[in-house]
Amino acid sequence: MSLGGQWYLALSMVVFAIGALGLLVRRNVLVMFMCVELMLNAANIAFVTFARMLNDIGGQALVFFVLVVAAAEVVVGLGIVVAIFRRRKGTTADDLHMMKG
Amino acid sequence: MSALVGLVAPALGAATTVDRLTFAIAASVIIIGAIGVVMSRNPVHSALMLVMTLFGVAVLFVAQQANFLAAVQVIVYAGAIVVLFLFVIMFLGVDREENIGEEPLRFQRPLAVVLVVLTAAGLLLVGVNTKWAVGARSVAGPAANQPGGDVAALGRSVFTTYLFPFEATAALLVIAVVGAVVLARRPRTHGSEGGPAPVAPPDMSDEALRAEGEEVAP
Repeated sequence: MSLGGQWYLALSMVVFAIGALGLLVRRNVLVMFMCVELMLNAANIAFVTFARMLNDIGGQALVFFVLVVAAAEVVVGLGIVVAIFRRRKGTTADDLHMMKG
Repeated sequence: MSALVGLVAPALGAATTVDRLTFAIAASVIIIGAIGVVMSRNPVHSALMLVMTLFGVAVLFVAQQANFLAAVQVIVYAGAIVVLFLFVIMFLGVDREENIGEEPLRFQRPLAVVLVVLTAAGLLLVGVNTKWAVGARSVAGPAANQPGGDVAALGRSVFTTYLFPFEATAALLVIAVVGAVVLARRPRTHGSEGGPAPVAPPDMSDEALRAEGEEVAP
């Protein structure tokens, strides 16, 4: 058997915090996307841990759906980045101020 | 922490040295990779560090008897999503080093660090001190000791209990593909080249892009 679930949950929360920090401090849109992936993975670790602790397959099914949503999000997000990059030569969040009032 | 593990270990079966060692190595790989994603100056290095983190997460999935998800994690995340990231980085040519020392907004970083530390402390307090294994059993079925292993159990669950969400993800994927195609299409010019007439009626995104382009492009 494996370790107690607390260890996995603590790791998941640390990874989520690192991802959130990266999302807040980095300005490159691609790196910000990767930090979102980190946060989704932290949630996945927590889901699988709960599935094991509660002996319930629903947690693993949710990870399955998170994977699909992450794939769709990356496809559309990177499409937006490519479309923006045609207009502006830069992919930092500071370059994207055209919707400023 | 070891006292905490002693509290929960009897319910889950005793953890062996191998389990502890596996968790320690995978957790260090995950955290080093996550810090690397945030701290790398080069986006390519960030993407490679992300691969490292994803492999560590797959190891933890295997350690928790989620073998199918571990395989999907490696195939979909490391095999498709990160490759897509790297492809876009190379395609746009933004793989040059970025100066992460400069700080355009004053106090943004200290504020972000304080907020994140507070959030993490709150999460850890709740996550480690709460007894989670309570509440009603869901209808999805048990995870352990199922006939056919976790693959069969997950398949039964997805195709019976979660059939409607599963169909909804199919629609979501189709919408994402259409959206990506629309976004990646090159916006047409206003017939200044004397070419043939536009083949398709203009849509909203092209209008927006074109309006933006007239303002900026020479």
